[in-house]
Amino acid sequence: MPEVTLVEAINLALGRAMEDDPDVVVLGEDVGLNGGVFRATVGLQERFGSERVLDTPLAELLISGLCVGMAAQGLKPVGEIQFMGFLYPCLDQLVNHASRMRNRTQGRLTCPMVLRTPHGAGIRAPEHHSESTEAMLAHIPGLRVVMPSSPDRAYGLLLAAIRDPDPVVFLEPTRLYRAAKGEVEDNGEALPLDLAFVLREGRDVTLISWGAMVKETMAAAEALSAERIAAEVIDLATLKPYDENTVLGSVAKTGRCVIVHEAAHTGGFGAEIAALVAERGLSSLLAPVIRVTGYDTIVPMARLEQHYMPSVERIVTAARKACQYN
Amino acid sequence: MASKRANEELPVIARFEVRRRNCLAPDGSAVRPLPAFAADAKLLVELYRSMVLLRLFDRKAVALQRTGRLGTYAVSLGQEAVSVGVASAMREEDVLLPSYRDNGALLWRGVRLEEILLFWGGDERGNQFSGPVHDFPFCVPVGSQAPHAAGVAYALKLRKEPRVAVCLFGDGATSKGDVYEAMNFAGAHKLPVVFVATNNQWAISVPLRLQTGSETLAQKAIAAGFSGEQVDGNDVVAMRAAAEEAIAAARNGTGPRFIEAVTYRLGDHTTSDDALRYRSPEEVQAHWKEEPLARFRSYLVGQKMWTKADEERLAAECHERIEAAVECYLSTPPRRPETMFDNLYADLPETYVAQRHELAGEDDA
Repeated sequence: MPEVTLVEAINLALGRAMEDDPDVVVLGEDVGLNGGVFRATVGLQERFGSERVLDTPLAELLISGLCVGMAAQGLKPVGEIQFMGFLYPCLDQLVNHASRMRNRTQGRLTCPMVLRTPHGAGIRAPEHHSESTEAMLAHIPGLRVVMPSSPDRAYGLLLAAIRDPDPVVFLEPTRLYRAAKGEVEDNGEALPLDLAFVLREGRDVTLISWGAMVKETMAAAEALSAERIAAEVIDLATLKPYDENTVLGSVAKTGRCVIVHEAAHTGGFGAEIAALVAERGLSSLLAPVIRVTGYDTIVPMARLEQHYMPSVERIVTAARKACQYN
Repeated sequence: MASKRANEELPVIARFEVRRRNCLAPDGSAVRPLPAFAADAKLLVELYRSMVLLRLFDRKAVALQRTGRLGTYAVSLGQEAVSVGVASAMREEDVLLPSYRDNGALLWRGVRLEEILLFWGGDERGNQFSGPVHDFPFCVPVGSQAPHAAGVAYALKLRKEPRVAVCLFGDGATSKGDVYEAMNFAGAHKLPVVFVATNNQWAISVPLRLQTGSETLAQKAIAAGFSGEQVDGNDVVAMRAAAEEAIAAARNGTGPRFIEAVTYRLGDHTTSDDALRYRSPEEVQAHWKEEPLARFRSYLVGQKMWTKADEERLAAECHERIEAAVECYLSTPPRRPETMFDNLYADLPETYVAQRHELAGEDDA
């Protein structure tokens, strides 16, 4: 099997989806001839034509609104927003239309669209290019929010997102676009949405993460094993709706739960998981739940961003603390 | 002075114009030869009947709201000719994207009175209506349906279907980026879409002069690369004619069109509004002289297409239809609470099943 980067896996999935289904269209800024600023759509316009792979005007609200209109007409639009920092004009369309079209028409009109955007810090990008505001999106009923962390999951989950009959926001970890490599078979097989992935089994502590932080979380688990702490690592992958059973099952086994995310601490999605464990997993807890997150600051620009993102060391320290608690 | 002269020597590279269309004067007399469809007495009478039904229905809806039997409601009083005229020029397979004040268009397209009452009475089933299955529901966030119209039109063009998206919004919406972005894209791709701005002079309490410095709303289309026309929105013949032309042009692949329908909101913004707070009764009174129903009735009567007896029969008929609809609406029980989960996703995710059970008062399965 060929080894590809995460962004190449995205490209493979897009090509496969377009090949399989003539209703799939790709739209966004610079997605055509230029192949997208991260090259996620490279070659697609050549293969499928400029009507199905269209360069939109520089207008993010428009991109999301076009997706709603196209989807209501039965197309399966995949819109690209260049960076998550430019996603916010789309919130009106996501909250007021995409997420509720099915409900407000009682199923008469639906909105099978995907809005893709890279997110997260760590690539020395300019201001506004580094945020992780997934919790904001995961709060919207009727949406799905998906965050892959490896090439194979990016491929399988994007196919699933495109085939899903409801709107999906697909957040791609910028930092892993080229850093994450892995084998991907372009076989058109989707992975299930709404299910978490157990990447490493362990009996001592559960580490839960998603997106780019899965990399550091896995590294932390490896470091912990040298201390004879067996960490179980869960890649949540879909944040909305998320797989409560896998989380609760793992915490029931380990009794310890550390949640790792790059987004700011307060109101981050880690709070949701901690609340779930408190509500339904309290009796199995042997230690308080710990969150290892970005700080409650504006994500600093390039010179300080490494200090903002949770480090392997911070995760290891938290896991150790959870294991030493009694 | 030298620089002024130099500027005059610079070549003009573009010139634009905006035309205004009207057919009937406020007294109902024809101001120019009428379009071909005006020979169809049956059609004209149908246009008139629809406007009367809308006005009487609005009156009833407000009465229901005032007596606590309907939620907030937006009347079309004074601007009935716009939505009825535009919808009458559409084909069944065209796609309507209405604002919240376009009851006239929905009714013309086959939506039932009781369905409109259901929606404004707080029941989503009102949007699961008897009109064309592809039509959009009322859009409450102002102007946010314009990008949808562009998306719909893109889909129609991609599939080479000879259909047109027709998007209605108000004068306030033309100040929003949504509308500019949609028009700009539609112009770039020559999409089969017609944008209709119902310029009723007031966006709740903000008058047009504070809404824009633009001389007309129609000229906003020019920057997007297509033509805009101003139409007397109190003249249903002119509205129908303008919409017919614009829709035909869009269908024939010549790209989008923009219609500014100049009218006046004779009523409050909604039942929650009191227009006396921001405009004088004298101003409103003056606009009653131009309202669309009396004007069109005068024309029809003058043409011997309509009589006093017809008018009485119509009033009785509308009364009967409206009462039946109200009866139907009031006797429709609310949905069972747990059905709020039923159209959240195509299939309810496992995670939310317990919440649905809880609401239904069932034990967790």
